[in-house]
Amino acid sequence: MESAILDQLRSDKILELLKQGKRLDGRSLDEQRPLTIETGVIPKANGSARIKLGNTEVITGVKVQPDKPFPDLGDKGILICTAEILPLADPYVEPGPPTEGVIELARVVDRGIRETEMIDLHQLVLIEDKSVVGIFIDSSVIDSAGNLFDACSYASVAAVLSSTIPKYEIKDEAPVLVEGITSKPPVKTLPVSVTMARIGDYIIVDPSKEEEICMDARITITTNSAGNICALQKGGSDGFSVEQLIKCSEMALSVGTKIRKKFEQLM
Amino acid sequence: MKIMTQLMTEDGIRCDGRRVDQLRNISIKVGVLKNADGSAYIEFGKNKILAGVFGPRDVHPKHMANQDTGILRCRYHMSPFSVTERKNPAPSRREIEISKVLKEALQPALILKDFPRTVIDVFVEVLQADGGSRCAALDAAAVALADAGIPMRDLVSACAAGKVADRIVLDVNNEEDQEGQADMPVAIMPNVGKVTLMQLDGILTTEEYKTCLQTAIGGCRTVYEIQRKALVEKYFESGDK
Repeated sequence: MESAILDQLRSDKILELLKQGKRLDGRSLDEQRPLTIETGVIPKANGSARIKLGNTEVITGVKVQPDKPFPDLGDKGILICTAEILPLADPYVEPGPPTEGVIELARVVDRGIRETEMIDLHQLVLIEDKSVVGIFIDSSVIDSAGNLFDACSYASVAAVLSSTIPKYEIKDEAPVLVEGITSKPPVKTLPVSVTMARIGDYIIVDPSKEEEICMDARITITTNSAGNICALQKGGSDGFSVEQLIKCSEMALSVGTKIRKKFEQLM
Repeated sequence: MKIMTQLMTEDGIRCDGRRVDQLRNISIKVGVLKNADGSAYIEFGKNKILAGVFGPRDVHPKHMANQDTGILRCRYHMSPFSVTERKNPAPSRREIEISKVLKEALQPALILKDFPRTVIDVFVEVLQADGGSRCAALDAAAVALADAGIPMRDLVSACAAGKVADRIVLDVNNEEDQEGQADMPVAIMPNVGKVTLMQLDGILTTEEYKTCLQTAIGGCRTVYEIQRKALVEKYFESGDK
């Protein structure tokens, strides 16, 4: 455990470097850490990905199974995204019920994929109002080094893109798996989440753990392939000016374009 | 099957009769609870929300206390009878997330460093919910904090904007939230000029994003006047006390 004094010294250093347009790890302000994506890492899952964003590492698995639709959404398949920080990922994470930070993480990742309408849920209906296909996207953070929002989001998107949807037939009003036939998931657009931190008057992309400790506020913006803004979440204990929020939306789009190219290679 | 309501007529009148730039009716009453250090009750359209504030006071459990600063805790809770189908009274994941964003929206307005080792507790109870409840809850909570006499840099005023029937509208109601195209709740500190809460569900172009943000901020400013009036009424005009 590092002392509060070191945290303070590091924060001072980070701010001092930002004034010169630099960051502690040598990146420019709008530069993400290197992202590597590996898919198909869990063969028992219908889709999976293991990604590294700098030293942050996430494994996501997709499970597809028939389910009952939500009562008011009988014409849509089910989409559920979760995220968890495993106790082995961080010395400060303990087993037990999720903290509000983890609940926020999962809900922000879910919102990005849901609100961009990445997956055409209408194509996952077996019998309207009775039986649909559910897509469950579960992310586990296995090494935590900052910006878990984007890491979980990228892993989730990559896992979906690598997934195959089994075929189900209806027999006696119940879904039955048809062996040997699968299809690609009905993907309509590629969501890219970009998280930025404000430290003083500076906006930086993809904050590291050290930068997160001294950030004033955080914002996650998810854009779709058409260049629209589809989901957003402000976090942290301070705010943004309107100019900063507009700048963040522009950064989310420009940084997002690069990440989207990586996703396109997976398709 | 779902019946689609018509969300807007051709001449731009919304399903509840409002224009695109019109807020729902808002009324705020300050100091409605006896035991709380500060409290407020807000009616924001059909939303009926109570906010109570305690503190600065001793922190329990003690290990949560911070030697260097006071801490803020926030609980947003919906009564089981507040929505059409009974809501399980246990806090849902949605309520836990909203509690967190409300806390982070209020925190910039407070000077917690002045109260080390203490906690300020903000409890919000949504008695009836009608779309935009997190904004209404925040409006009530900010007034309750002021009513508790807690030093603040500014009030926090919240209001949502969104996209309904391809138009940017102010203050999204429940039907518009369910069936509209986008919902963007925003909170500002009106005098400091900072956005302290912002979320978005739904698809907006970059132009719409800017318009939506400005529209929401305009709504926040109107709400701010109503919050101020409510505080003035309690502290400077209550002749019947």
